[in-house]
Amino acid sequence: MAVVFEKPHALADVPFHYCPGCTHGIVHRLVAEAIDELGVEGNAVGIASVGCSVFAYNYFNCDMIQSPHGRAQAVATGVKRAHPENVVFTYQGDGDLAAIGTCETVHAATRGENITVIFINNAIYGMTGGQMAPTSLPGQITQTTPYGRDVKTAGYPIRMCEMLSTLDGVALAQRVTVDSVKHVNEAKKAIKKAFENQINGLGYSIVEVVSTCPTNWGLAPADAIKWLQDNMLPYYPLGVYKDVTAQQGGEQ
Amino acid sequence: MAKITINESLCKGCEMCVNACPKHLLELAKDRINAKGYHPSQITDQSQCIGCKSCAIMCPDVCITVEK
Amino acid sequence: MSEKVLMKGNEALGEAALRAGCRHFFGYPITPQTELSAYLSKKMPKVGGTFLQAESEIAAINMVLGAAGSGVRAMTSSSSPGISLKSEGVSYIAGSDVPALIINVQRGGPGLGSIQPSQSDYWQATKALGHGDFQLFVLAPSTVQEMADFVALAFETAEKYRMPAMILSDGMLGQMMEPVVFPNETEIHEGDKSWAACGHKNARKHNVVNSLYIEAKDLEKTVVERYERYEKVKANEQRSESYLTEDADIVIVAFGASSRVSRSAVNAARAKGIKAGLFRPITLWPYPETELEKIVPTAKKFLVVEMNMGQMIEDVKLVVGGRKPVEFFGRTGGIIPTPGEILEAIEKM
Repeated sequence: MAVVFEKPHALADVPFHYCPGCTHGIVHRLVAEAIDELGVEGNAVGIASVGCSVFAYNYFNCDMIQSPHGRAQAVATGVKRAHPENVVFTYQGDGDLAAIGTCETVHAATRGENITVIFINNAIYGMTGGQMAPTSLPGQITQTTPYGRDVKTAGYPIRMCEMLSTLDGVALAQRVTVDSVKHVNEAKKAIKKAFENQINGLGYSIVEVVSTCPTNWGLAPADAIKWLQDNMLPYYPLGVYKDVTAQQGGEQ
Repeated sequence: MAKITINESLCKGCEMCVNACPKHLLELAKDRINAKGYHPSQITDQSQCIGCKSCAIMCPDVCITVEK
Repeated sequence: MSEKVLMKGNEALGEAALRAGCRHFFGYPITPQTELSAYLSKKMPKVGGTFLQAESEIAAINMVLGAAGSGVRAMTSSSSPGISLKSEGVSYIAGSDVPALIINVQRGGPGLGSIQPSQSDYWQATKALGHGDFQLFVLAPSTVQEMADFVALAFETAEKYRMPAMILSDGMLGQMMEPVVFPNETEIHEGDKSWAACGHKNARKHNVVNSLYIEAKDLEKTVVERYERYEKVKANEQRSESYLTEDADIVIVAFGASSRVSRSAVNAARAKGIKAGLFRPITLWPYPETELEKIVPTAKKFLVVEMNMGQMIEDVKLVVGGRKPVEFFGRTGGIIPTPGEILEAIEKM
């Protein structure tokens, strides 16, 4: 018998601090597998953001920089401009990327910064205990929307992939999820492509991963998956919002 | 012929693997807890495993190794 | 062998950065530092460097964190309100032990203030440019020549002690033209960068550039170690200039632009038979207390002259320790004091 599945090399051999059933771990593995398969661990520099994934610098075996809240893509820009040969990725949650870091996100994207962005959208601030995120759904109950997110006062959720897909600098904007084996495999392909695009010098690639937060949603992991399917996916449709390789006639 | 190995010390008993197994071969070991305080996942009948990797693919803590 | 040119202070900073081997500049437009960005936007592409106009001051300083964190010489420049925006990133740079250069061409404050020269960011630069326990190595040039000379010194010191460095200039020094001499070849002494996050090339363990310590005892240990380095900076890196202080009864203490005017006032006072002198701190942190202390026994009175409401005077008083009177003369809001005003203040003492 041969080993057909094991922890990828780029993933550090340490336990994750994430809550039971939190899908961060799945996405970490997919990123590490992409790094392994492309053989770029030695050149990779990851930028950890602020939020639950702040400790990502402990979980990847490549070089890592921990960034201020929201600034991961500015930090990534600095690394990439200094070392174009490096494969630079950010790993950010919804609060980090789509609230405090919106400016850095939009401008890294419109500059066509040749980086890979992994965006975890779980519609809540996990690390601080479940406050409203920019992606929290209308009516969603969080610590700071105890009566449900009222769009009249708290505004509407932001769809980042759709918004970023309008920018010329973007090579890939794709939304995936990790609620099932099929979707995890699709997410893997998207993440790998986002790294390949960088290696091929195509510019900014973002993969938004619709994810769960069982603890702060107040649901068991299996119920959180169901909530994601019933509530998140209708608001955040999966799909490829922009793909320059497809426009160039490449494989989809 | 396939075999899965679960690193019980990393398991948080989230049951993502239990729900993912198409052959319903996984369960939480209610008779023991690991150092983290969780009932770890265990396989009920290794001989029935088809090595589809579904459990490993859905495991958020990357504690499952699959051989085939 | 050297090259003498007439240049604006801001341009001298830019030229000196290139000669110091800095190839990565990230900035955002703000008056009165504009010429520095404009100069580097012209020159950087010609030497294969990066000039990037960021979307904000916040983004610019974090690009510096990324570039410097990956091991290259990187810098940003701004003026007072923009420096406030950078304070978050500066704190992370200090907390991650990353050497980098920040230039502040000061203008009047608070708020949008004015665009005229000021020294009202002294406290910000030397005491609290961001949250947490940390210091910057702060140099205060008073001539265009020093603007040029201090760039390499700032990078080298930052790298030696793994800390951010600041050149605290102002709108007057930035905008004025003076002859400046550049050596034909600048030797570049770059510090150790083995800690940098630039890819481990499968040859070492992964490097992590980080300021987060979830265990309080780990953070305390890190900060205490950092402060041990700061003690070395205090012991080794104090710089100052003393002008006619040996027999002076009245010693003016002034830095940067106000020290230039003060020097004229000292000369005018001497012409009137008043024994005045000037002590000019060049490093604002570490404060040149060793040299200032030497003057305390012989001076009768101190007059601190600043372009603010009285900030550095606190550091002067700490050194003087109540042994001699310490008085203050300042203009603020973007106004440069005249030699006549300072002479008047001297005569009143």
